This record gives sequence, C-alpha cells and structure tokens, in this order.
Amino acid sequence: MKANAGNASGIQKKKMQGYVGFSNYPNQVHRRSVKRGFNFTLMVVGESGIGKSTLINTLFDTKIFPDREEMPPSAEPIKGVDVTSMSADIQENGVKLRLTVVDTPGFGDSINNEDAWQPILENIESRFDAYLAQENRVNRSKIVDNRIDAVIYFIKPTGHCLRAIDIEFMKRLHTKVNLIPIVAKADTLTARELELFKAKIMADINYHGIQIFKPVSDEFDDPETVSDNREILSKIPFAVIGSEKLVERPDGTMVRGRRYPWGIIEVENEEHNDFIKLRQMLLRSHMEELKDSTDMVLYENYRTQKLLSMGHVQDNNVFREFNPLVQVEEERRAHEAKMQKMEAEMTAVFQQKVQEKESKLKLSEEELYARHKEMKTVLEKQRSELDEKKKRAEASVRPITPMEQHPTKGKKKNIFSGF
Amino acid sequence: MSAPANDSQDYVGFDTITQQMERKFLKRGFNFNVILVGESGMGKSTLVNSIFSSHLVDSQGRRTAQEVIRKTTEISPVTQTLEENGVRVRLTIIDTPGFGDQCNNEGCWVPVIKYIKDQHAAYLERELKPQRDRVINDTRVHACLYFLNPGSRGLRPLDVEVLKRLTEVTNVIPVIAKSDSMTVEERTVFKRRIKEELVFHRIAVYPYPSEEDGEEDRLLNSSIRDLVPFAVVGSEEIIDVNGTPVRGRRHGWGVINIFDEAHSDFVHLRNFMLRTHLSDLIEVTSQRHYEQFRTSQLRQIKELRAQQAAAAASGGIMGSMPQQAPPQVPAIHQSMA
Repeated sequence: MKANAGNASGIQKKKMQGYVGFSNYPNQVHRRSVKRGFNFTLMVVGESGIGKSTLINTLFDTKIFPDREEMPPSAEPIKGVDVTSMSADIQENGVKLRLTVVDTPGFGDSINNEDAWQPILENIESRFDAYLAQENRVNRSKIVDNRIDAVIYFIKPTGHCLRAIDIEFMKRLHTKVNLIPIVAKADTLTARELELFKAKIMADINYHGIQIFKPVSDEFDDPETVSDNREILSKIPFAVIGSEKLVERPDGTMVRGRRYPWGIIEVENEEHNDFIKLRQMLLRSHMEELKDSTDMVLYENYRTQKLLSMGHVQDNNVFREFNPLVQVEEERRAHEAKMQKMEAEMTAVFQQKVQEKESKLKLSEEELYARHKEMKTVLEKQRSELDEKKKRAEASVRPITPMEQHPTKGKKKNIFSGF
Repeated sequence: MSAPANDSQDYVGFDTITQQMERKFLKRGFNFNVILVGESGMGKSTLVNSIFSSHLVDSQGRRTAQEVIRKTTEISPVTQTLEENGVRVRLTIIDTPGFGDQCNNEGCWVPVIKYIKDQHAAYLERELKPQRDRVINDTRVHACLYFLNPGSRGLRPLDVEVLKRLTEVTNVIPVIAKSDSMTVEERTVFKRRIKEELVFHRIAVYPYPSEEDGEEDRLLNSSIRDLVPFAVVGSEEIIDVNGTPVRGRRHGWGVINIFDEAHSDFVHLRNFMLRTHLSDLIEVTSQRHYEQFRTSQLRQIKELRAQQAAAAASGGIMGSMPQQAPPQVPAIHQSMA
C-alpha cells in the first residue's frame, strides 16, 4: 500500500486492528487469470537460416514451426518479406497459454533490403489498429489481443559492429515494440570473441539511440529479484543456440545440444550459451512486464499519436463536475453576462458617435458665426465708406434732387443684394 | 620405348627442361593474385592469413559504432613477397570491403568485376604495345575465393547474381569460412544443395573439367569438386592442446584444430590452391579467361575500326585513313562493364 501525502489529497492512512482479509485479493486475481488463460505474441526477425524456427521450438519445447521443406533449386525465392503467424495452445501446471509466433520469412534475403522493415512495421501497427477498433466498439466484452509483445531480432555472429540492415530495422521499430536483440548461432564465437562482439553491439545500439527491452528493478523488488535482474542485464544481448535434437554426452546423459567433431555444445548449459537467461527473461520473469509494457506504454503512445493525427482535440472541460441544474444556471449567467457586455459596448459606441457629431456641428457653427461676423464687419465698413462719400457729396454740391439720391440707394441695394 | 640411361651416348637430355624451368622460376619468381569476395564478417581475412600462415591482411570490418558503414564496394589490394625454399612469390590479396554490407546491394559487384576486367585490359594493352616488356607484370586475378553464408538454404539471390558474373572472368572457388557453426550432417546437406544450385544456374566453378586431363588429374579434380564448397575454419591463433601447439579455436565445449580433416576442409583447400593447382590456376586464367577477354576486346576494336572506316568513307572526309593508333583498350572495355 502506497503511503499518501497525508491529508493534502483527502486520503488518510489508517491502521487496522485485526485481519480483514483483502490481502487475499491478489490470489483471487491469480485464480481468475489462470481460469481465463493468457496469451503471448512473439515475433521473430532475422535472415533465412539464422535459426529462428529452431530457437522457438527449443524455447517452448514444442514443435511450433515444422521442419523446413526442401525446395528445388528452380523454386523462386520469396520476393520481399512475408509475415505469417502460428498459434499453439500449450499448458503447463494448469496454466493455459495461447502462444502466437509471428515469422518474417524473406527478411534480409533479397539483394535490395532497403524496405525490408516496412511490412513488419505495418503488421505491428495493424495489430494496434485492430485493438483500437475493438476498444471503440459498443460491445467490448470480447476483445482479442494479438498485439506483438516482443520482437526477437537475430543478429548474425560476424564479430564486427552491427550491419546496416540491423541498425535500420531496429531504429524503425524500437518505439513500437519491445525489442530483444540476440546473437544467433553463438557456437561460432569463442568466449573472448563473444565478449568483444557484445560490447560492439551495445556500443552501436547506444550510439544510434536504439531502445531495447531491459529488465529494471525498482524499490519494491526483493534482493533476489534485483540480483537476478542484474545478472540478466549483464548478458544482454543474449548469445544463444537452439536444438531440437538430443545428443549423448560422454557420461551417457542425453541433453539437448549440437554435436560437433570437436565436442558437444549444450543448449541448457549456461557456460556454453545464454539460452537459459533468454528463457528466464522471456518466460519466467518478464513475460508480464513485456505484456504490460506493450499495453501501457507502446500501445498508448501509438494510440495517442494516431488520435492526434486524426484531429481529435483533448477537451478537458469534460472532466469538471457534472450537475445538470448547476450547468444550466451557469450557462444562463454566462449568457446574461455576455448580453450585458454587448449592451455596454453598444452604448459606449453610441455615445462616442454622438459626441463626435456634436463636436462636428459645433465646429461648423463656430465657423458660420465667424464668417457672419466677418461679413458684418465688411458690410459695416462699406456702409461707413458710403456714408462718408455721401456726406462729401452733399457737402460739395447744392441740395440734390430726389432723383440723384436714388442712385446711391440703388448702389446700396446692389451691395446688399449680394446676400 | 624405354628411356636410355642418363649418361649413355643416346641420352639426349631434354628431360632436364623441368629443372631449367625451375631455375628460371627461382630467379624470376612469380605473381599470384587472389581476390576475396564476401560480406563483412564472413572470415575472409582470417582465412587468407591462415592459408599463407602469416598476417597478410587486416580485417576491414567495422570496429566502432562511430565508423560509417561503407556505401560502395572498395577494392583494396595488398601486395607482399613471400619466400619459401628459395621460391619467391609476389602475392597480392585483393579485399573487397563494403561488398554486400548495405541495405541495398544492387550493383555491389560492379567494382569487383570492373577491377578484374581492368587487370585483363592492362595486360592486353601491354601485350599489344609495339615494344613489349620482356616480362609483363601479371596483375590478373588468378583465383577468387567467394564466401558463402553458412546456414542459408542454399545460394542467396545475391550469390547467384554475383557468381554468374564472377565465373565469366576468373576462377571462382566457393568456400564457407565460418563453418564451425554447422554440424557434419548440416554441412553435407548444404554442400549437396549448393552443388545442385550451381548446376541449375549453370555456374561453372573451378576446377573445370578438361579433356586434356590425364587419369589421375581427373580423379583429383573430381575429388576436389566433391568437396566444393570448402567448409573451412580459419585461425590466426596457436593454442595449446595438451602440450602440443595447435592452430585452431578454443571453445568451452571443445577445441577446433583447423588442420584436422574431420574438423574442416582447410587442409584440402590449402593443398588444392597452393600445392597442386597453383600453376594451373595461373595457366587457366591466362588461357581461358584472359583469352576470352582478349577475343571479345579485339573483336570490338575491329568492329569499331570498321565503323570508323565506313563513317570516314561515307562522310567524305578527305584522304586519311583512320590511324593505326594503339587500341584504346581500357576505354572500350569500360562500356562493357
């Protein structure tokens, strides 16, 4: 039980007085899982003849892959890469396992292997898509999980660094599957050569930023698990051989192995190869972790990417408190506030416009007034001028006839008629 | 017809020609050129160094992550002079790093074929010179060790393409270098399979059957052809096995002695290449592959000249016939490659 941050999140830690019994829950889960059975999907990738079928048959001690049939020389080699799968229901100690092994014949066998990884990646993604589609169904009671839980990648025992095709494949797939690279045909290399080879492989993997599956220990594991994990980690990548045949050792015992003129290499001898470690990691200790990683990490990443790319937008409003009345009230208030805001805005705009018009009119008023004044002064001026002229004219000349007065009036009129 | 005794009057003495030739050989020495064709990590360098019991070539494989993967096949010849019992050989090993190492290996054989043809061309050019050297330095490739992938069903598509082209220009000897990953049964099945496929694709590997062969030659050749492809293990290390030094490999489950016939065909390969068929390899290169090349080249030159003459005559160019210049051998053959 994880310790919580006290009362901050509202969860309190309580101590119990007696035995309640919910600690039996894991056993119930266990029983249910055993009844339901498990499934595990493994993919093997490597060039033809590198030992894929033999290793699978050896790992599960069952002939999952039949013997390779002898094809005549005229048979056309596979063009490109095929992806085929075999399923087997196997049982051990009452635990049922539906094992599916996906084979990839043709990988790396052509002259041009540039796109050899593509059909494999498409297959992996289509399995994710199938699962996604099932999750979105209305009736989800029966979901079939055939997502790839792990890919075992077979590396040729050259002794040098990784080949171009190895690097290309792993870079393309490491974010979509749990990648477990192994050194195939480990009986070709001496112990010293193997050590150097593994170091070169890991250097290449780290250099190219390739993520491979590694067992990690966290603080909850007991010391035995921690040391087991560390041992497994020290042997990665595993150098393995496989054999379906039994051979007789000098002391008479029969073991699974390969007989050479110079000796017998035993499959299950840890000093001869890392088969035991591979089996341990794959089946005995980390099968659950592989499935978990596929479900929680790899699948989720794929799903997120896919949905985002399809245009889904994460709407976080969905997650607030949902109470219909409150929501209606909120909506009403929001609407009202909006209306008020609009009103205020409009008023403000109106006011502004009115002011503008007023000031404009005022301006023109002033203008007119000024003009009026101007004209008046001009007029006054003219009048006074004319008055003067009149006086002068009267002074210089005798009393004028009424007819002579008229022209000046007429003149005056002319000036004023300018209005 | 019984041969008279060496010191009698009737003894002519032309049978000493073999000794005369030997002396000539000792003085002059000879060239032997071998090309290694196979992907990186197949064991080419180790095998060659084992055959000649000396560190002649370094492995050109990628050693660190920072090294870039080669984008094309490179040709890197290394020449050394070896001497054994007064006999000198100018040995050239031509490695082909980058062959078959990329994702897309289309055309990765082109630099190899070109190199082999270039050597034929160079030899032809020197032969056709009005003033020839007395001894032409023979850079023609006498043998090609082609490295097969152990464990494959048979020949891979790349193998078929390359072998078809290689066998047209040089003597090809197919080998499986890291054969310690195959049990005896697997080896037998694989060899049978390869032989079937070679016949099916009409790929002629060395040694070639020939009518000139005497009875014992024929037996020898057929026993060698039985072994093809040679399943060998190479080693540059001498390890200690119960006090005796052994050239081999030490595993946790046993020690491989490369000279042990039960462990590998190494001894057969070495004897075949050096002890019995060395001069034959050189001779066949000269008589078969070089002659083929020469014939096709000269024919092409003849055609070209005829075309030029026709063009000159019809084009109305005044007077002069095309010059009797030395033929542009390299230029022509490049268009063939």
